[in-house]
Amino acid sequence: MTQTDRIFRALSWIVALGCVAFLMLPIFITVAASFSASPVYTLPPPEWSLRWYVSLERRSGLWDAVVLSLNLAFVSTVISLVLGTLASIAVTRGNFRGREAIATFAVSPLMMPGLVVGVALLQFFREIGLRDAYVSLLLGHIVITLPFVMRTLLASMAAFDFSMIDAARTLGMSYPKAILRVLVPNLAPAYLTSGLFAFLASMDNYPISIFLTDARNKTLPIKMLQYLEEQPDPSLAAMSSGLILLAVVVLVFGARTVGLNRMIQG
Amino acid sequence: MSGRIDRVALLAVPGLAYLAVIYALPLLMLLAKSIQTAEGISFSEYRAFFADDYNIRVLLRTLRVAALTTLLALIFAYPTAFVMSRAKGPWLTVFLVAMVLPMSLGVVVKAFAWSILFRANGFINSSLQWIGLTEKPVRMLFTETALVVGAANVFLPFMVLPIYAVVRQMDRALPEAAASLGAGPFFRFFNVTLPLTLPGVVAGSAFTFSMAISMYVIPSLIVGERQQTLSMLIARSFLYLRNEPLGSTISAVLLGIAIFVVVFSSWLARRLGARS
Repeated sequence: MTQTDRIFRALSWIVALGCVAFLMLPIFITVAASFSASPVYTLPPPEWSLRWYVSLERRSGLWDAVVLSLNLAFVSTVISLVLGTLASIAVTRGNFRGREAIATFAVSPLMMPGLVVGVALLQFFREIGLRDAYVSLLLGHIVITLPFVMRTLLASMAAFDFSMIDAARTLGMSYPKAILRVLVPNLAPAYLTSGLFAFLASMDNYPISIFLTDARNKTLPIKMLQYLEEQPDPSLAAMSSGLILLAVVVLVFGARTVGLNRMIQG
Repeated sequence: MSGRIDRVALLAVPGLAYLAVIYALPLLMLLAKSIQTAEGISFSEYRAFFADDYNIRVLLRTLRVAALTTLLALIFAYPTAFVMSRAKGPWLTVFLVAMVLPMSLGVVVKAFAWSILFRANGFINSSLQWIGLTEKPVRMLFTETALVVGAANVFLPFMVLPIYAVVRQMDRALPEAAASLGAGPFFRFFNVTLPLTLPGVVAGSAFTFSMAISMYVIPSLIVGERQQTLSMLIARSFLYLRNEPLGSTISAVLLGIAIFVVVFSSWLARRLGARS
């Protein structure tokens, strides 16, 4: 290793550590603000208190939004995992033209402007007479979660040895059973990764949801932005800290079962 | 044999049909609506949009902010991906957690946290004054710089992870072989390492850029109404002005840019894949 290599390596480590600090900064700010006694966000907090955690009990609107968002994220992720598994098998195993194009199309919603998709869905649902806000939101959120699932599953199925499925079939398993008993357990990390990213993307979606909500069905990001405009006190920070804790639990579970690296890389 | 292959292809039908009806069709209808007027097909809405200097400024600002965000994220992400690929044990855990945990903090709260940091009496200004870099607070909130920094913070993991995936699979022996043949560090980087990692850079940059041109929550909280972006114009025309033709036109412009990025980046990725 030359002198220049050593300098580059040292610089890379400085940038990487700076990156970690930069990424974690908003989390520290939020957690610190949630324990502040002050009703405005001042850092560092003048005094520490748990009052914003206590106040969460009275913010029933926020809780409704949390429940709706968890519900949408869970249902849309499960549907996407099913649709995504089938489509990924077809693209990986099939022998037909246009498989590249299909893969690009299925992943493309990730890169489309959310507001535009939201507007387009709003106009489309109006056209076909769909008025139910929950159903509209669910249909929209599947468009958000499906590409996350497809991206990860396509990559991991390309490396999967499908002769294992054939072996299971020779041993008398039906095709669907072989998929469930052999493919899915073997690709568990990919399912965990894609499920996690899809779930988080749905939970966090603002631009598509904003066009599909009504007064009674407001998702968490919409409620939070509205709340920030009306009364920006740290109860939101308290609630976000709770969600961060939930994510930590999921990460610890993932790290224990499949390992963090496999989980994040699929 | 061909019957079996056809059966496998059929598995793609539910997912593709879903996306065709609930994603592609509505977008096509939106595009159609933007050129449809009472007198038939017309591009008058587009002509009106591009004739207005204000819209051009917003369009250029959107592209500039997205390009700077992508560049800043890339500068941070590229060395980090290399460090991550060599890191082991607890260090690797630290890096991976730093990539994923911030995603659990929603973009609304994240952008709000940055708006607190950028305030005149905020943390960054206090630090700058304490170090003695500035006497008076620097105006940061509502500036484009603040927007780029905040956006890069939100999108950084989406830049790091694709590059990390490529670097991790890169054959370490190749740069070393080049070194043993006497290639200097700069020659090795530009002729061996960089070309090998380019697919990850293209994937990460395309993803970051397309998210940055269409971000809405981050600019609303960090720069506000004073400096509009295309997304903010779209939201304003639909949600406040109730001007659907205008909103559809701006949506079509933004959609056009996004489609171009998707097509161009997948073409680039295929070319890079074919070369190596």
